[in-house]
Amino acid sequence: MNKKPLPQAVIAASETRIAPTDTKRRRFLTHSASVAGTLAAGGVAANAAAQEVPPWMKTMGTPMRTYGTPSSFEKAVQRPFASGYASVTPGAGSSRTPHQSLEGTITPSGLHFERHHNGVPDIDPSKHELLIHGMVNRPLVFNLATLSRYPMISRTHFVECAGNSGANAQAKPVQGTAGGIHGLVSVSEWTGVPLSLLLNEAGIQSGASWILAEGADAAVMTRSVPLAKCMDDAMVALYQNGERVRPEQGYPMRLLLPGWEGNMNVKWLRRIKVTNEPTHTKDETSKYSDLQPDGKARQFTFELGVKSIITFPSFGHKLDRHGLYEITGIAWSGAGRIAKVEVSTDGGASWVNAPLQGPIFSKSFTRFRLPWEWNGTAATLQSRATDEKGNVQPTRTAFTSQYVTGMNYHNHYIQTWGVAADGSISNVHA
Amino acid sequence: MFMHNKIKVLGSLIAAALVAACATPDDTANVTPTRGPNLGATPSAAMLAAMDISIPPSGAGLPAGSGSVAQGEKVYAAKCQTCHGAKGVGKPADPLAGGIGSLASGKPMRTVGSYWPYATTLFDYTRRAMPTTQPMSLSNEETYAVTAYVLHLNGILPESAVMNAQTLPQVKMPNRDGFVDYSKR
Repeated sequence: MNKKPLPQAVIAASETRIAPTDTKRRRFLTHSASVAGTLAAGGVAANAAAQEVPPWMKTMGTPMRTYGTPSSFEKAVQRPFASGYASVTPGAGSSRTPHQSLEGTITPSGLHFERHHNGVPDIDPSKHELLIHGMVNRPLVFNLATLSRYPMISRTHFVECAGNSGANAQAKPVQGTAGGIHGLVSVSEWTGVPLSLLLNEAGIQSGASWILAEGADAAVMTRSVPLAKCMDDAMVALYQNGERVRPEQGYPMRLLLPGWEGNMNVKWLRRIKVTNEPTHTKDETSKYSDLQPDGKARQFTFELGVKSIITFPSFGHKLDRHGLYEITGIAWSGAGRIAKVEVSTDGGASWVNAPLQGPIFSKSFTRFRLPWEWNGTAATLQSRATDEKGNVQPTRTAFTSQYVTGMNYHNHYIQTWGVAADGSISNVHA
Repeated sequence: MFMHNKIKVLGSLIAAALVAACATPDDTANVTPTRGPNLGATPSAAMLAAMDISIPPSGAGLPAGSGSVAQGEKVYAAKCQTCHGAKGVGKPADPLAGGIGSLASGKPMRTVGSYWPYATTLFDYTRRAMPTTQPMSLSNEETYAVTAYVLHLNGILPESAVMNAQTLPQVKMPNRDGFVDYSKR
């Protein structure tokens, strides 16, 4: 397909999470800006501080700050990014959430993945307006100030690019981290105004069945959305994890369509036109359509499939002792709640249910955890999620056989990590 | 007394919250508000005209003006060729021409000519987003012209073609029927 494969270094470059020799601590984080094949050795000076009082206990700490940032020792936890057209438009590309370094289910706002078509606009909210027009009785204009006075909802949802995990569509397994391969998905608590409320105020005319949503970026990104979704759980999001939506995520306002492909969640939202047909924009015809071997393409495949990945252990980590580890990862579905995650350590020959960590929100990450005794032999790790609608995460073979080779949208099949006898982890196709 | 009442009220609120939490799992207790304060303003006709730039397959909203293949060749050379290459072959940007008939071949090449179902999309996207270093800088005439040229590069239009609000929606793209609508599945 015509999406360029990610450079190997971008997928692999990330911090390494290394299992400790100190068995009293289950896990320890250490970081190095490693690239594929050059993983740093795990050196953890356990209990070194016990001998003498550390300097930070003998000097006054830094004073308060107006806005906090992560520890200076966590600088390696970053979004790797790439642009297919960097020489012309460095702002057209994506950055990826480093899932192999994160825990829990909420993505820090500064690590939420990005996908821009012509960079991040620097929008002055006092000069930004949202127009609702088309097949409505009363066209309406809102701004951040007026929308901020509306009744709001807060929902914890993932946003996932339809191109996420596309690297695994390549015939040869790309050696990349969990975030490098699957990092175009992130979870935030989004707060905003139900879109249905605004559309009802405008008054939808009979015969209307779609909307066109348009962004105020330099690509003036547009997507058509069925009206039924807009009247269901769509939101004009104003806040992300409690603060105003970040510029990379659509400041001052974005469309949120829970569970539907990220491209439709139009950022920097400036216009909604109610229509009686899809507009067939560039991004819903030439892109984000799924080509089958017979030459026909599936169009308007909005919902993201049930999916899970093991985040630990995964590529870039190294198991450096035998004994107890916790296999953990994230599962999500565009159809609703996660009902079950099974884990296999033998490449799918046998499965066990992994306990799910609550609360389990609809269309959001659910974390699963499973204790695993590693005896030092090769293992093949997989996770398989099932959602509340009964959808089961497919195998790679079952999924890819529906499409042309390399089809890189909606890839939600099972991720396989191979554990070698030396404890190193690789991406394998199974 | 006041404190006592406050604690009692708080206690009953907590009890109600607990009941709600027990009755429904996780997020199903959320209620979506249905009434707003009606703070939307009425847009002016000028604002509607300026912002309503999207063009559907019917061609509704296409502006006045026109552009020919010959004019489009000049626009293309000046404003598109650096990224899209001579005659739409691509590099570093996606190819615009070629690949017609390749979709079921096992080595599909997706271009404007081989894949895009509607010519109106080409006008719409070019006008709003191209050239990528100067979006929204092309005039309507330039957009019609360069649209005509790219369609000509794909063999869809003859060299004599002129695109305008009437002719553009009439263009039948080779892959018009190549899509299966999954929006209702």
